[in-house]
Amino acid sequence: MHTPETLDYPLPRDVARCPFDPPAELAAIRADEGLTRVRIWDGSEPWLVTRHADVRAVLNHPAVSADTDNEAYPHTSAAIQARRSRAKTFHTSDGPAHDEPRRVLTREFTAKRMQSLRDVVQKVTDDAIDGILTGEKPVDLVEKLALPVPTVMICDLLGAPYSEHDRVQELTKIFVAASSTPADTTAAASELLDMMGRLLDEKSVNPTDDLLSRLATEQLVPGLMTREALARMGLVLLTAGHETSANMIALGTATLLSNPEQAALLRESDDPQVAAGAVEELLRYLTIVHSGLRRVAIDDFEVAGTQIRRGDGLVLSIDSANRDAAAFADEDHLDPDSLDITRPARHHVAFGFGIHQCLGQQLARVELQVVFSTLFRRIPTLALAQPLAEVPYKTDMSIYGAHQLLVTW
Amino acid sequence: MKVHIDEDKCVGGGQCVLAAPEVFDQRDDDGIVILLQEEPPTDLDPQVREAALLCPALAILLEETPSGAAQAP
Repeated sequence: MHTPETLDYPLPRDVARCPFDPPAELAAIRADEGLTRVRIWDGSEPWLVTRHADVRAVLNHPAVSADTDNEAYPHTSAAIQARRSRAKTFHTSDGPAHDEPRRVLTREFTAKRMQSLRDVVQKVTDDAIDGILTGEKPVDLVEKLALPVPTVMICDLLGAPYSEHDRVQELTKIFVAASSTPADTTAAASELLDMMGRLLDEKSVNPTDDLLSRLATEQLVPGLMTREALARMGLVLLTAGHETSANMIALGTATLLSNPEQAALLRESDDPQVAAGAVEELLRYLTIVHSGLRRVAIDDFEVAGTQIRRGDGLVLSIDSANRDAAAFADEDHLDPDSLDITRPARHHVAFGFGIHQCLGQQLARVELQVVFSTLFRRIPTLALAQPLAEVPYKTDMSIYGAHQLLVTW
Repeated sequence: MKVHIDEDKCVGGGQCVLAAPEVFDQRDDDGIVILLQEEPPTDLDPQVREAALLCPALAILLEETPSGAAQAP
């Protein structure tokens, strides 16, 4: 039963007012009861959780499941439901189906291992910026910097040929577009899985020093994991490795260009802690995963004084949680709706929270730290070549960002 | 302060290593947390507390040692 006041979710963004702010209704819910029922695409009415403390509590609660096969799971769209069913893996599973595959991958993404890639990220970033500086202006930053850097990095880590990246990018776009049909996303998933399966076969015979080769020789060949399961795992890493960082780079650049005093703080400091702090603040402020993390209750429990019942859907609004003054405002850093790169923001939930927190977060941090500090230092006169309100934002995608960002210098 | 870790809960996110590298590391073979100092010096308390706060799996437990309590009036 829904009352006329039940909000439809996702809520629309007011891009004309500020392209970086989440929908204003979220702040009202956060200040009022903290959580409320919302209506999603399939007519179901999951709970929307908006406060930082509640989001953390729910994402860590033993009565909460991430299993997309649960029939009460509140999917983001029919297309994403179809894609998840075709390419189900550890991040949409609970228990051993999550723990065992994730443990195979954690060593590949440790903090130290990712830190050791800093020089490689620097080289890839410098090459991309060289290309920008020797080309014509204006230039599309998405095409020339935001997409290539994370794409080269994830292809390199996996051992996937960069030559196929154009097709991978096209298929990834289908994955996250709201306009895709279930048939589109299933077909895209199948093509990507075939590509991954072929790569795994090649690596089984001719292993090289990369993640897919280790999966092939240590899991596939001894028969510990199936080819299908490994292909799904590779696919998640490949697609998650590019859409996310790429959108953060483009949107983060637009944000810094709109906050020149903050960009100046970043540009004028050579302290790596300043760049690291700026990245955490940008992750918090922008929270590109803007249609909520989805979960389902598998037992009764209480959050923020409200009784949640087994079978209730849960939508965790991490974009709202990251604007919660209770978590991010103090006497020196007042308004969480403004960008302040000196704000202590490491406890943001932009990478989620709980056991499903982003596996690639330490790679993303290194990429973003290198890209933002290098870009603003090497091109100090960088400027938007189009009005901020006219940038084509990804309001129609499950991950927010910009389709194109024209810049000049 | 005494630090306890729960290896079974750890998901290898690496947050603790960034927050308090003197106290936490990750195993090379599976990324699971290694506790380098069970009772770190008190000047590391803020970093250790942050590591516990940031741990997505709540795998770090802090036990206040009686030294602080003993000084209380």
